[in-house]
Amino acid sequence: MSEQTPFTIEQFYKFMLQGKFMGGKCKKCGKTHLPPRPLCDDCFSNEFEWVELPKNGKLLTYTIIHVAPPQFQGMAPYAVGIVQLENGIKIPGMIKGVALEKIKVGMPLTLDYGTCDATQPWPQWPRYYFKPA
Amino acid sequence: MKGKPLVSIVSAGLSKFGKLEGLYAREIFAEAAKEAFDRCPNLNPKKDIQALFVGHMGESYEHQGHTGATMADWAGLLHIPATRVEAACSSSGAALRAGIYALLSGLCDVVMVGGVEKMTHRTTPEVTEYLAMASDYPFEQWHGITFPGLFALMATAHMHKYGTTEKQMAMVAVKNHYHGSLNPKAHMQKEVTLETALSSRVIAWPLKLYDCSLITDGASCLILTKPDLAKKYTDTPIHIIGSGQASDTIGIYEREQFTSLTAAKLAAKKAYEMANVKPEDISVAEVHDCFTIAEIIAYEDLGFCKPGEGGRLAENGETKLGGRIPVNTSGGLKAKGHPVGATGTAQAYEIYLQLTGQAEKRQVKDAEIGLTHNVGGSGATATVHIYRRD
Repeated sequence: MSEQTPFTIEQFYKFMLQGKFMGGKCKKCGKTHLPPRPLCDDCFSNEFEWVELPKNGKLLTYTIIHVAPPQFQGMAPYAVGIVQLENGIKIPGMIKGVALEKIKVGMPLTLDYGTCDATQPWPQWPRYYFKPA
Repeated sequence: MKGKPLVSIVSAGLSKFGKLEGLYAREIFAEAAKEAFDRCPNLNPKKDIQALFVGHMGESYEHQGHTGATMADWAGLLHIPATRVEAACSSSGAALRAGIYALLSGLCDVVMVGGVEKMTHRTTPEVTEYLAMASDYPFEQWHGITFPGLFALMATAHMHKYGTTEKQMAMVAVKNHYHGSLNPKAHMQKEVTLETALSSRVIAWPLKLYDCSLITDGASCLILTKPDLAKKYTDTPIHIIGSGQASDTIGIYEREQFTSLTAAKLAAKKAYEMANVKPEDISVAEVHDCFTIAEIIAYEDLGFCKPGEGGRLAENGETKLGGRIPVNTSGGLKAKGHPVGATGTAQAYEIYLQLTGQAEKRQVKDAEIGLTHNVGGSGATATVHIYRRD
């Protein structure tokens, strides 16, 4: 992995075009950041390396959004939750591929890539979502 | 005697809260300022007030930023230094902190702090989008998590961990609407039944319409001075004896847990230590019930009960007027309304009324020590202040 690649949120999303789910690992203290950051909030180092993150995790909490902002109104109702990955890192995302009433705290989920119906002028980054493992 | 005064409140003002059609934020702020000036005839506003700190969250609502100078002008206070303070829904809690900094630094003897927001002329989807700006953009907003959605994530976690119920959350709404029915300045002045609250439409499950605070227009302000100057302006100053503020990650997903707000706990700890009071000393509190679950979590973060017992506190009526510790006697954000920038100092206004015995039908008998708890966004900012009578 090129270490000249900037450790930015935009680069995190760009990696998804290559099917990669990446975090920034601090070379000095070893903390893995998701999203990647330009400055380690633990040791203040600015030297990082990219590491692949586990795609499997479990659902910590969730909600079903019925009243959505304009960009997402066409998708409502939809589920979003916070997933704890196998390495302990937490990340929010939509939950798809399961009936809304079947979603349960603690259920195993896995990350996948896709698009969503959000309209301009929001950035057209690739998106990730979670589905049953 | 509890707590040495940090600063003293010598007057306070609050506009009517509600859907204030045809008014700009500056005009609403002028209404709040007028009340504060009228309450304090010994104050010469133009001569005595040396700075203004005003909380205001969003320039999107009126296409108007630069709120500090604008509000100073419309309150008749040109040419004092005037600064807008922004910390989402805790903007005027943070403005109050800024006023305390100004007085304790020695730079000022008298300051005005306050807040304002004009929201109701916008559509609900627009307001939903603007409020979401207080949350993380590239991970939360971008994946469709709304502002109610963030508190719904906390509610689901609280229900899962502690068995908190949708009924307990609805009881917070029923209580705050009852209190609001006693407040002539509240946006909603009618009671609601438990059945109405529980059967209202879902906004972000498990939160329903009656779990959410109101989109409201309003403004609030306080006149603060140094404790040794307070008697020059009023015989009944209210002293601020504790002040705490803390921050947390902008994204809730990065936090250790989702069943309490670390920033609120840290701010409360600081304020309690500074004031030398304990949770059981508090006579009356205004807490940040942007959603009913937020009030339940506030009880726990402020030490009014143990973690996990907040739902039962609401259900048992302990936080209702006449209960062990009345919370949100104003009606709270739920019924008085939540013009976001105005909320922090509007909470202080209610405590000022309670501690000076002017809260009329909702007066807490012999209220001596009050507390305000003002949360920004999903908890990335929290301010807690503790007040006592002279």
